[in-house]
Amino acid sequence: MEMKEQIINDIETNSIILYMKGTKEMPMCGFSNSVVQVLDHYGVEYKDVNVLTDPMIRVKLSEHSGWPTIPQLFVDGKLIGGADITMELHNKGELLDVLDITTED
Amino acid sequence: MEANKVKELITAGLTVSHVEVADTTGTGDHFSAVVVSDDFKELSLVEQHQLVYKTLGNHLTNEIHALQLKTFSKSAWEKINLED
Repeated sequence: MEMKEQIINDIETNSIILYMKGTKEMPMCGFSNSVVQVLDHYGVEYKDVNVLTDPMIRVKLSEHSGWPTIPQLFVDGKLIGGADITMELHNKGELLDVLDITTED
Repeated sequence: MEANKVKELITAGLTVSHVEVADTTGTGDHFSAVVVSDDFKELSLVEQHQLVYKTLGNHLTNEIHALQLKTFSKSAWEKINLED
């Protein structure tokens, strides 16, 4: 599978997926880390993809999402945002609603 | 890049009523910004941030490594400042 297809497939088949620098066990960037901390706080299951393993992941991901920076959080195939938006939703108490939609439809 | 230059780019690309840009590390590549624009009305947060990203074009990810962003519509911004 080509990388772009792989990315689209991963986003569609994982209800929550986080593209980040490093892994959820060892984030390599403060912004990626803040999203990991919030997701772990809610105890949700999610797939992490380390964009540092191959520079092309980031290029192809941003082409697909129209979002230039990392991290990028997707829920049910939809871009939720980067670290700022995730933290803003968390602080407003809206993030759990956003994350807890896997049983809908 | 200097914070003022980032501010200029955002102001040039978007109808804003208020912009604050700060260099968070003093190294000219990590910034935080508050952007207030009526163009944000009715848009999702993702769409609001994308509008700001668009004003920075290739500067973002090249010279600008990180941009912490807070976006507000004019009415949301006025409400917050009244509460303060």
